[in-house]
Amino acid sequence: MKLYWKLVLMQLKSQMQYKASFFMTAAGQFIVSFTAFLSVLFLFSRFHEVQGFSYSEVLICYSVILTAFSLTECFVRGFDVFPRLIRGGDLDRILVRPRSEVFQVLTSHIEFSRLGRLLQALAVLAYAIPTSGVVWSAERVAAVFLMLAGGVAVFSALFMLYAGLSFFTIEGLEFMNIFTDGSREFGMYPLSVYGEGVLKFYTYCIPIALFQYYPFLYLVGRSDDVRLIFLPLLGFLFLLPCYAFFRFGLRRYKSTGS
Amino acid sequence: MIELRHIRKSFRVAKRNAGFSEAVKALFRREYETVDALRDVSFTIRDGEMVGYIGPNGAGKSSTIKVMSGVLTPDGGECVINGRVPWKDRVAHVREIGVVFGQRSQLWWDVPVIDSFELIRDIYKVDGASYRRTLSHLTELLDLGEIVKTPARQLSLGQRMRCEIAASLLHNPKILFLDEPTIGLDAVSKLAVRDFIRALNRENGTTVILTTHDMQDVEALTERILLIGRGQILLDGSLDELKARSSPRRTLTVAYEGGTLPPLPGVTIAEDKPGRAVLTLDAAVCPVSEAIARISSKVNVKDFSAAGESVDELVASLYREFSI
Amino acid sequence: MRQYLSFFRIRFTAGLQYRAAAWAGISTQFAWGGMTLLLYRAFYEANAAAFPMPFSSLASYIWLQQALLALFMSWYFDDEILGSVVSGGVAYELCRPCDLYAMWFVKNVAVRLSRAVLRCAPILVVAAFLPAPYGVSLPAGPGAAALFALALLLGLLVVVAFSMLVYLSAFYTVSPMGVRILASSAVEFFAGGLIPIPFFPDAVQPLFNALPFASIQNTPFLIYTGYLQGREALAAVAVQLFWLLALVLVGRALMRRALKKVVVQGG
Repeated sequence: MKLYWKLVLMQLKSQMQYKASFFMTAAGQFIVSFTAFLSVLFLFSRFHEVQGFSYSEVLICYSVILTAFSLTECFVRGFDVFPRLIRGGDLDRILVRPRSEVFQVLTSHIEFSRLGRLLQALAVLAYAIPTSGVVWSAERVAAVFLMLAGGVAVFSALFMLYAGLSFFTIEGLEFMNIFTDGSREFGMYPLSVYGEGVLKFYTYCIPIALFQYYPFLYLVGRSDDVRLIFLPLLGFLFLLPCYAFFRFGLRRYKSTGS
Repeated sequence: MIELRHIRKSFRVAKRNAGFSEAVKALFRREYETVDALRDVSFTIRDGEMVGYIGPNGAGKSSTIKVMSGVLTPDGGECVINGRVPWKDRVAHVREIGVVFGQRSQLWWDVPVIDSFELIRDIYKVDGASYRRTLSHLTELLDLGEIVKTPARQLSLGQRMRCEIAASLLHNPKILFLDEPTIGLDAVSKLAVRDFIRALNRENGTTVILTTHDMQDVEALTERILLIGRGQILLDGSLDELKARSSPRRTLTVAYEGGTLPPLPGVTIAEDKPGRAVLTLDAAVCPVSEAIARISSKVNVKDFSAAGESVDELVASLYREFSI
Repeated sequence: MRQYLSFFRIRFTAGLQYRAAAWAGISTQFAWGGMTLLLYRAFYEANAAAFPMPFSSLASYIWLQQALLALFMSWYFDDEILGSVVSGGVAYELCRPCDLYAMWFVKNVAVRLSRAVLRCAPILVVAAFLPAPYGVSLPAGPGAAALFALALLLGLLVVVAFSMLVYLSAFYTVSPMGVRILASSAVEFFAGGLIPIPFFPDAVQPLFNALPFASIQNTPFLIYTGYLQGREALAAVAVQLFWLLALVLVGRALMRRALKKVVVQGG
């Protein structure tokens, strides 16, 4: 753990060498997600509600998914840029060092400029919480934190899956965008708006709904079942198959060298 | 102790043909072919040896290094290094080896080199006292002094290579793999790197395995050479043994006056200007001493010099001999 | 002209080589389009009266957008061009006997066109067989179809003319990466890439229609779906022409100035 912080610090130092570029990129990230926010605003100024969810209720969804995504993108970026590690031969370097591969991949790249997006997501959360009319209680506060934690777990697992896939195909990776970027974009709305089938898919296949939808129902008072706030913890289970797949890919890399 | 027995490895690569219709076809069906990178590689390297691993591009050099460093799992055969199988016991194995990939950097690009060193110390869990001892030793031998305070991106290639080598040695490995350590370096840096590797081997007894295309490296550093071609070890011996195997051609330059050079068996005249001739001779047919004796019986020899094959030529002729 | 054609052919063949990329791209875009439609269906059910066009028109819009994504993608910038500007290597380009602006322009058009051609057909074919109102329908009429083709071409040229300005801005900024992110997200939004412009609040629509970005994908797709008809459609095409001319003129002027700077400073 001490080593982790040292490596984080090292990344921060490196990125601060290019301050202008860093702040421009962070600002860019802020604006990118700001246009996404404007889209939600524009659609709601026309339609006012969707499936009975109000504008500020949807904004809670929006900010939870975006906060979780940008935290993951910032600290688990090593897996996101993993194809580059393979192509650049840096994976060989990782393999000749006496530490776990996952740890080394995690610390190979930490992208602090993604905090621009995080800042925006938190600002929206700060706006949505007081305006959504949620009656706050200890359970509901806990729900928000559990949702965020579960979100980071599921997105981390997805990035790991993405990295594992890059052992097999580099060109076909675009496919994974449906699950990573797609989950972020479409997770801005409560997942039930896409219909029963999509909700099932996002519950049992890619468990986004576990942290984004079910605890959200409790949060906005659509459900009284307090057990829903613990569903995000199930999202951590999703890490297991994704980690196993990454190990599987790594074993293949070792036997093909490519 | 490094032992490889009958190591085999083959890769499957997609065939890609030129042309538009081929490209369309490949969209639906793709053909593969198998490339045997390592057919049957066996050798033993004792502790403290310095070995030059040479061969043309694509012969299987880096595949072998990858197998030995635990990056690549072979299809068959055995490899035991210091009592461990590299790909089965990766973490314990890599703690005892150092690897320098000449083409890639392991230093963090934007921070002072010394920061990278400290991180590597933590990654390898080297204790403080032995780190300080090793670092001061390396600093002295590699003349790192001030340059470790500079970010890696601002170093010259030679300075950076010295830092790369130091970074690979901070954990005092018993075995050092050097993959093209002198590539792209200027003459002074090359000499410095070679001196250092020699000293390391002599003082610490570190086993060194060196792949290179630079025959001067081989000549200056290694007593033993492994020649690999088409995935097989073709030769295993000392540089002198290799030289003895090579074709006995010599180049003779003679400065003379009076008369003309006599025709001799096994000697061809490559160049003959008035007073100065360059001859190539086959020492098996006509030894150098005999050639000089017979020439000087006909003309007045003022000066002469004889040259054997350079190591570069030697290796080129070996490649030809094995047609690799 | 010939060199441009052969350049296009090389790009196209190279694109075919990456079959996994093509399949992955097609399925990604298909899933993306489907999800977008499901989202709009929910809004449609919430308040059908507020929908600015028939649902089937929106479906056509979304499928065209996905099929022709590569044509109008706002995030695509040629790394070679940007790199040559940043490193100063652009000075070497001046030695070649070509018009640099035209060369960059054609290169960008070729990349976009070759990617789009490869990917659009499978998406449109599948989308055509989807049950109404979720599938793509035929254009509003033969006149609309012809005008759509023209507007499509103009839209492509406008987006390329705009990316030329981004390349040229790299002569003047310290962080082309930042400009690139800003430009692409702004274009994506203003062009109607996130939500179609008719779905913007009525109060701000005139503003967005007045920007050059509305002349990119918005105009051809709205003509295809019949949202813009008759004189309105013709006027929109005229606006496209105006923006194309304006952007090219500004781009060429900027390039002359930038190159003068390069020559004077020696790169």
